[in-house]
Amino acid sequence: MTSPEASLTLIAPELLVVATALVVLMADLWLAPGRRDVLIGAALVGLFSAGAAVALVPPGVAFAGLYVRDGLTRAAQGLALAVTALGVLIAPEYLRRAHLERGEYYMLVLTAGVGAMLMAASRDLLMLFLALETLSIPLYVLAATGRGSVRAQEAGMKYFLLGAFASAFFLYGVALLYGATGTTRLPDIGRALIQTPVSTGTAAGVGLLTIGLAFKAALVPFHTWAPDVYDGAPMPTAAFLSVIAKVGAFAALLRVFPLTLSALAVQWSLMLGVLAALTMIIGNLAALAQSSYKRLLAYSSIAHTGYAMVGVATGTPEAVSAVMSYLVVYAAMTLGAFAVAVALERSGEEADRIEDYAGLAVRAPLLAAASAAFMVSLAGLPPTGGFMVKLAIFTAAIASGGPLGLALAIIGVATSVVSVYYYLRVPYLMYAGEPSAAVRLHASPLLNLAVLVAAVVVLHTGILPAAVTAFAQQVGVLVGRP
Amino acid sequence: MLSVLIFLPVAGALWVALLPPDRDETTRRVGVGTSLATLLAAVAVFYAFDVSSGAFQLLERREWLPSFGIAYSVGVDGISLLLVGLTVVIFPLALVASWRSITQRVKAFTVAVLGLETAVLGTLLSLDLILFYVFWEAVLIPMAFLIGLWGSENRRYAAIKFFLYTMSASVLMLIAIIALHVIAIGQLGVRTFDLDRLATLALPAGTQVVLFAAFALAFAVKVPVWPLHTWLPDAHTEAPTAGSVILAAILLKLGTYGFVRFGPMLFPQALVASAPVLAALAIIGILYGAAVSWAQTDLKRLIAFSSVSHLGFVMLGLAALNEQGLQGSLIQMINHGISTGALFLIVGLLYDRTHTRAIADYGGVAACMPRLAAVFTIVMLSSAALPGTNGFVGEFLILLGAYRTSPWWAALGAGGVILSAVYLLWAYQQVMQGPLRAKTPERLVELTRRELLVFVPLVALIFAIGLYPRPLLSVSEAAVAATLARLQRPAATAPGSLAPRAVTPEVPPR
Repeated sequence: MTSPEASLTLIAPELLVVATALVVLMADLWLAPGRRDVLIGAALVGLFSAGAAVALVPPGVAFAGLYVRDGLTRAAQGLALAVTALGVLIAPEYLRRAHLERGEYYMLVLTAGVGAMLMAASRDLLMLFLALETLSIPLYVLAATGRGSVRAQEAGMKYFLLGAFASAFFLYGVALLYGATGTTRLPDIGRALIQTPVSTGTAAGVGLLTIGLAFKAALVPFHTWAPDVYDGAPMPTAAFLSVIAKVGAFAALLRVFPLTLSALAVQWSLMLGVLAALTMIIGNLAALAQSSYKRLLAYSSIAHTGYAMVGVATGTPEAVSAVMSYLVVYAAMTLGAFAVAVALERSGEEADRIEDYAGLAVRAPLLAAASAAFMVSLAGLPPTGGFMVKLAIFTAAIASGGPLGLALAIIGVATSVVSVYYYLRVPYLMYAGEPSAAVRLHASPLLNLAVLVAAVVVLHTGILPAAVTAFAQQVGVLVGRP
Repeated sequence: MLSVLIFLPVAGALWVALLPPDRDETTRRVGVGTSLATLLAAVAVFYAFDVSSGAFQLLERREWLPSFGIAYSVGVDGISLLLVGLTVVIFPLALVASWRSITQRVKAFTVAVLGLETAVLGTLLSLDLILFYVFWEAVLIPMAFLIGLWGSENRRYAAIKFFLYTMSASVLMLIAIIALHVIAIGQLGVRTFDLDRLATLALPAGTQVVLFAAFALAFAVKVPVWPLHTWLPDAHTEAPTAGSVILAAILLKLGTYGFVRFGPMLFPQALVASAPVLAALAIIGILYGAAVSWAQTDLKRLIAFSSVSHLGFVMLGLAALNEQGLQGSLIQMINHGISTGALFLIVGLLYDRTHTRAIADYGGVAACMPRLAAVFTIVMLSSAALPGTNGFVGEFLILLGAYRTSPWWAALGAGGVILSAVYLLWAYQQVMQGPLRAKTPERLVELTRRELLVFVPLVALIFAIGLYPRPLLSVSEAAVAATLARLQRPAATAPGSLAPRAVTPEVPPR
């Protein structure tokens, strides 16, 4: 068992982010209005030092087995920190415009980031529950940050109520599993379930646990909150929550299923496979009918959850690595697509109609080119990262050998074709349409930086994918090791 | 060397993208200059190429994603070299022909055309299946934008139809590629998408048929083989002239190229077994395309359906699976590129002047535009396969090859030759001869020097290939022999299992 000092060293990245969040919260009280840029700088410095800590801190188990730092922790935390940094970068321009500039915003973003980081590191179901709540509660508040807007209030309330239900499901699942196995430590549960035949209690426990996580990740049929919440939440919040919640949820799904319960893969792969199939089909079909950019991205994010879920359901080492690569590219292309939307404004409102993007290529050629790259990547076409990670997922699914993998891959490519139709509408309008006078462009250096980073990740992964696959490999090697 | 050839156009596209926005004239010059430089690069490749060998040459190979066994691997053989030659000739002509007709978003247009050229060359030269698939799909985006942004009234519908139709067909090919990869893990113990390595797999007949069907569907839509041709008339009719020319001359050939390249190498037994089916579809395509062409009232649609008919010949030669048939197919791919490309250019020139494509709106054009009439006559006769023109050489070889496999195929195919003469002569008579029916005859001004210049190389090629096809045939001779030799490989009896096996990522030696 590790000493308390060693435990504290292991959680150094989380401590750094928490400290940054507190500094940001306190500093905001003393800062003169208009000096809030300092907060952004502080948040970024904190996130960077936490990133360095993730790279440096050696692996290990801490807090009597509640916490583990391994390849999954490292990869998911690195990604969560990058997502949080981008979430900070895209916000200030919008908050200034909407008169929502407050230090709390950044504090909440940082706290949600810590929640996602802890979800990746949880080795115990109760710890996982606490991490899940640390992620969720700031997101409920963030969704409702648009205080003047009824839609934002509705979004926050809806997200909170349904999220609370999902948490209850999760907790009930934990209770049932505890009843069946006498422990909440994941490795012990894994061992106990191999030794005893699967009972109704354990099956129900795993099922309820899955529902809780599926809600966070917005898997069909637990997705209905997502479009409404995205629609009502302020644009930068929608961007952040659509990515960070999935990073956390998928880290947990990987931890629970392929990493802990790999011996029982036969029992859960069909259940997760059906969820993946439904999510791919419904997410893509529903996206076809959208005329709002935010709702389009909402259904798109649901659909992409389905593709990533194919990898979880497959559960082989290469599939697990593929899920990690998928999350990296998903984060870049989704945040990038939202960041472009943050830069636009229609008569004082968010530019959330797809027509608002018409003629962007004339007014901002580079922004339009980046946006086209995000859309092509979301549609899974070469030469972008979106293609490479889908290829990795489908290859892993087919290589797993069963009819389930093949079926999921075929559903995956078929729904990708459907998705081309709605994604490419956006670049088509940007290049073919006439710009509307009501739509104004607000590009700030920070926002441009965020778009640039996202575009570089998307194109780099598409053209030279080796770096991202190497990054993701550290997760796959954990499969089958208790 | 091949990499330079492939990526030269995209480098030019980047240059164009960095030009200031309102320099249309400079943009056009850079575009044409880049495509001419690519032509020179192809000439250099041609000189470095050894025609006596049927193997892939000028190989370049770099690991791309070693953990998945994906490599950047390119090479050329006689078959791909011919199509590369066609590509590098057609692209500059398409750009020159758009000099005056594309006035909106010239920059984006030039970038799209040059990007398309890179994608086409990459598709033809890839020897790694994932690299091939990447280029194959990359062709779709610039082409759909060419149709969707610079096309005529119904452009959006046509662009979407083109994109979704061709993409739906090709994603199953991706699944089949991955399946081959997984079988290779089992049989060879390495992760690879390398064409040469995958060609050594022992696939049982049943697996071959299923995988070949997935590949064939992707290629058949692109060709297009009847009854999968319905996207083609819309795409052709709505596309701008350069788009129609590139689509007809180059993109359709990617489908037939796919059959020639991958059928014999990866699925020899399945190809032999399905040859009668392919031949039947080809013959239906020949006759149906010709008959429907005759019934068109829109000049561009007429030429579009004539492509269905002509590509039917290419498929028939392929299905014959002998030397004459395959050689004829290759020549016919080039011929169709030249003559149909030229026909679309002619329609484009007429449309630029009168803004109508309806055959009924023309008549007596020869009186106003004698130079155009002369060019049209030559191109039309070449398309109708008159002896002395290139079309004759191709169709003769195809029918010869088909006859050796089954006299019936040749007899039915020959009917298409007659029909094609009928609709082409009919169209020529309606448009060029008779009384002047144009509403604005004063617009029918004679060709300018630049417009005429575009036709010079095409007409020269029509006669060169028609009178002395030997050099062209000799380029692909060795490669065709090597391709046909692959059909002799016996089928495997062991099941090609998809079951997983422990495998270490390994780099296959070349």
